[in-house]
This record gives sequence, structure tokens and C-alpha cells, in this order.
Amino acid sequence: MTSVLEIKNLHVEIDGKEILKGVDLTLKQGEIHAVMGPNGTGKSTLAQAIMGHPRYEVTQGEILLDGEDVLEMEVDERAQAGLFLGMQYPSEITGVTTSDFLRSAINSHREEGDEINLMQFIKKLDKNMEHLEIDQDMATRYLNEGFSGGEKKRNEILQLMMLEPKFGILDEIDSGLDIDALAVVSKGINKLRGEKFGSLIITHYQRLLNYIEPDFVHVMMRGKIVKSGGKELSERLETEGYDWIKEELGIDDVTVESDVK
Amino acid sequence: MATVSNEYIINADEVIQRAGERGESDFLINKKKEALEIIENLEMPKPDKTNIKRWDFFTMAEPVVDSSVYNSLDELPETVKGLLDIENTKNIYVQHNNTPAYLQVDEKLQDKGVVIENIVEATHNHPELVAKYFMTDGVKVDEHKLTAFHTAMLNGGLFVYVPEDVKIEDPVQMVVLHDDEKASLVNHVLVVADKGSEVTYVENYLSNVEQTNEQINIVSEVLALDNAKITYGAVDVLAEGMTGYINRRGVAANDARIDWALGLMSDSNLINDNTTYLMGDRSNSDMKTVTIGRGEQNQNVTTQIIHYGKDSNGHILKHGVMKDRATTIFNGVGYIKHGGTRSDAQQESRILMLSERARGDANPILLIDEDDVTAGHAASVGRVDPLQLFYLMSRGISRKEAERLVIHGFLDPVVRALPIESVKKQLKEIIELKVLSK
Repeated sequence: MTSVLEIKNLHVEIDGKEILKGVDLTLKQGEIHAVMGPNGTGKSTLAQAIMGHPRYEVTQGEILLDGEDVLEMEVDERAQAGLFLGMQYPSEITGVTTSDFLRSAINSHREEGDEINLMQFIKKLDKNMEHLEIDQDMATRYLNEGFSGGEKKRNEILQLMMLEPKFGILDEIDSGLDIDALAVVSKGINKLRGEKFGSLIITHYQRLLNYIEPDFVHVMMRGKIVKSGGKELSERLETEGYDWIKEELGIDDVTVESDVK
Repeated sequence: MATVSNEYIINADEVIQRAGERGESDFLINKKKEALEIIENLEMPKPDKTNIKRWDFFTMAEPVVDSSVYNSLDELPETVKGLLDIENTKNIYVQHNNTPAYLQVDEKLQDKGVVIENIVEATHNHPELVAKYFMTDGVKVDEHKLTAFHTAMLNGGLFVYVPEDVKIEDPVQMVVLHDDEKASLVNHVLVVADKGSEVTYVENYLSNVEQTNEQINIVSEVLALDNAKITYGAVDVLAEGMTGYINRRGVAANDARIDWALGLMSDSNLINDNTTYLMGDRSNSDMKTVTIGRGEQNQNVTTQIIHYGKDSNGHILKHGVMKDRATTIFNGVGYIKHGGTRSDAQQESRILMLSERARGDANPILLIDEDDVTAGHAASVGRVDPLQLFYLMSRGISRKEAERLVIHGFLDPVVRALPIESVKKQLKEIIELKVLSK
């Protein structure tokens, strides 16, 4: 069965301020969607709200995963249902090694008594770390503690590859990466690409999409998706910027704040 | 003759008579007499920010209780065995309440002149050696009322002496099993590492009585002579209802090092004083402490490093978790005295609050009398970071498990520093029990 993630008329507030103002989006497994747009238009809010970030309050609308109400689920239940959020700023967890954390995470998706076999786990970890060109010692380092920006992003993709979710939502996974790191991170995501994986990639820059070819491209402005298309849309954005969309829509300021003023 | 001490009456004659009946040495009896003579005129200690006026440090059901001894490690209760790596344990002293219950020392060490004996016996067998170090350079009898009370009522403990240039590879371990609700622990530990020697010492105070009103008055003197190195680990698990004063004091000479890893896991009301004097040039101390407060527990954890020597380094790291209505005061003091040129005093104190009603206070204090030094401190009192929980939960980990990981992680820097694997494991298990308990 192909899983479907549906976002319908989603409104989200932070500290009483509305950021998302009615987002509609449907993702199917096997598809890669890119969400683009200038800063401050609500892209990251969309990603965080899907996963259930504690500061983001959904005031209207629905998120459904195969018809199940995601908004009714706790954060861990969302993960267990098959959602994954690759974060822009992952937390540092002192005292918990990357390897121990990954094992806990994998086992949280499995029944008690059916925990992953240690050898199996190590094999899978080694393989994925090699694929992402990650130093072996990262496994024994505390999760994200003292990691460089690039290491954190690779670690997020490592987690994605270890957990193999139905949907990977990647929030500016390319920010702060140099070209080499970008290529490696993309290699990880492309490896997962297939019938059993759908992805929502949030990015400022078209350059990531040179490595990961999207099936659909959406543009967000003022807390809504204002334009959708295929790969050609991102290419046009790359050469022409966002001005032509603003002109089409007849707006100057694209940010969420503009409506508030 | 009766001596009034706070609200408690010590019958000095009886104390001395009982010590004589137990066959204590003249040295010890004289020390006790000396303490009894001055106790009345001494002040109580004044732990910063903790009011101990209503604490009873003195009422003891019995000065000494008699408990069973063990003929082999196999006879030890399972709770004690859990603390040992039986097959690899070479040097161990087990004290059962106040009774020296088992002693095993590697023969090779005895040949080298190493002394590991219960403190009372050591005053008989090695009077000059004990007299040289017992309450002279470390803790003084007349420091305050509780140190005098300690000396007067001393009823257990251990003496470890490592001769010059002897490096003991296997740790020396002391386990004190407290399972008699009438037993008070007035233990004195004296660890002396002579010039150029090395030793790792680990102690476990383990109480398994449900409820008791007895006393804890523990003094450890840890003396590292020139170029010596002492690694000191401790896990305290003493019962609710006990009142305690635990003073662990280090003195490091030139080029000496004393490192501490203390797991303060008792449920008792306690004054913990862990002070290291860096007397010598190029002396060092790392002091790592973790504690968990729960129930109505009230604790004061004062950690101090006092620098006299040049180029001395003192680093304090303290992490505490507070639950329920527990109160903990963390005082961290880095004090560089005049003459402690190019010394470095650093400290970090962090308290994690798990309950609205718990109280935690972290007070970093730097006292610097010298110009050419480096010093720094960091202190925080806070709750579990909701973003950390969100991050962990976003990978499928439950809230409870995520909290558990964050708390273990928070305490890990100290747990990791404990020198014996089995003790490390025990501390982890106790943390688990204390954190998960309601």
C-alpha cells in the first residue's frame, strides 16, 4: 500500500501569532516534494508543525497519515507512525552516544522482545556511516555535542537512513553545507528514494535540487503555498528569482509578518 | 563527667570506658579524650545557605553495634556482591555496621609495605604512621563541634598507606553495609600516598534499612605527598531518616594529584563538605560530584578547592537532579591564595529540576588573592529542555524514555569518572531507581 500524508487548510500559530494561513499539500510515498520560498514565509513552521513541535499550535485544519489524525498523536507516536523530521538545528544531548540513541530510536519502532540484534544494528550503522562518509568515532560521541554544522546535518541523514520512515521531512538540511557535504547528504537521501519513501524537502536554494531531483515544487509566501509545479518551477526560480511570482500575485512583502502590520 | 553538646549529652566517661573495653589503642583513646575535653566550647559548622539549627547530629542509639563477620567473599550478602567484581577484586575491606567484617589484601602489596587495615587496628599495628597523619594535615579535631564529635565517637573506618614509589594497580575498595537501624556510622578513612606513589580508592556506603534516626559522621582524609596520585571514588546510599555530616578532605603536595568522583545518592539529610587543599606547586585536583535529591530530603553540597601552590589546577564539576520537595544547595568555591601564581580555578555547577516544588540553588564563588591566575565558573538551575525532548521523541522515543536519557546524560560526566566498572554500574542502577521512583 502506498502511504499518503495529507495536509488540509493548516493554520499554525506561535505565541499567538499566526504563521501558517491555510496550507494544503498531499504527499505520496515514492514522491519527492520541494517547498521553496524566501525567508520568513512559514516553510520551517510547516515542517515543525507536522512533527508536533511544542511551540507551534495548530489552530485549524488537519494532517492525516493514511487517514489517521496526526494532530491527535504525541510526537513519538507520529514518529512511530512513519514520520521523520530532519532538523535545521538538532539538539545536543550530553551523555547519550549517537549509537545508543540510534538503537533506542530503532527499538522504539519495534515491539518489546523484538529489539534489533546488536550485530545487525552495527552492520547497518557501519554501512550507512560509510555511505555518508562519516567518521567511525561519531557513533561513540555524544549526540550532536560539539558537532560541526556539517556533522549535524550528516547525522540527521544517518538517522533518516537508520529509521527508514515512510516520510522524511527535511528542514533546510542544506543550510551551512559546502558543496562536498551537500553532495554526500544528497547521496543519502537519494539512496532512500523509491516506492517506500516520500519526502518533503524544505530549502532556500535551488542548488540542493540539482542533486535531488524533485517530482513537485511548491512556493510558499505569506504562510501559504502560492504556486506549485514540477522541476521546471525550481529552475525558473533559480534564474529569475521570486519577483515574477510576487508580480503575478501583486504583493511586495512575502513574509508572514506583512499581513500582521 | 557529663559534657553538654548542643542538645545532646555525651557521657565522656562512658565513651572512654567503652573504647577501653573494645581494646582501642592508647593513641585513639587519648584522641577521644582530647576531643571530649574541647567539644563543649566548639561551634557548630556553618554550611552556607543551609540552616542546620534544628538538625540532630548527636543522638545515637548505641555508640557501637556488633554485627556478623564474613569468612569469604562468597558469604557476603547479594547487595554487597553486586558492588564487586568478585573474581578480580584483590583489595577489599568490608565493614558490617561498625564491625570490621572482612579484609583481603593482595600479598604482593603487603610485601611492598602497603598497609590496608581497619583504622582501629592500624592504630595498634602502625601507631607512628597513623599518628603522623591522623587529623594533623587534613581535618583537625578542633575544627568545629562535629569534627570533635567525630573523633570522640569514631567507631569504624579504614587506613590505607602506600609507601614511596609504590603504584597500586588494582583498586582498594571499602564497602560499608549498614543494615542495623540502631547503628550510627562514625567512620574515619585515612588514605596516605607517600612520595611518588599511586592508588585508586573506592568506597561504598550502602544502607538497606527502611527507616532509622541514626547518625552519619564520616571524615575522609586523603593525603597525596610529593608527586603522588590518588583517585578517589565514592557512592553513598544511606537511608532516609539519618542525619549526616560527611567531610572528604584532600591535601596535595608538590606535583601531586587528587581526583574525586562522588555519587551522593543517599536519602538522608546531609552536609557534604568536599575540600581539597592544593598546597604544593603544580598540584592538581578534579572534583566531580553527582547527586539526586528526592522526597523531603535536604542537602548541602559544598565543594572547595583552595590553591596555595603555584601552577596548581583545580576543576570542579557538579551535577544534581532534584525531585519531589527535595532541597539542595550547591556551593562551589575556588580560592586562590596569595602566592598561587599561574593557578587555574574552574567550576561548573548545574541543577536539573524535575519538580515544581523542589528547590535547588547553585552558588559559584571565586576568591582570588593573586593577580596572575585564570579562573572561571558556570552555574545553572533549570528544567529538562523541551526541545531536547521534542528532538528525541521525534525519533519515536517515548516521553518517559526521553526524559530518562536526558537525565542519565546530564549525570554521565561524573558517572563516567568512577574508577571501578562494577561501581559505575551500581551508580547507574541507583540513578535509574531514584529517577524513576515516584
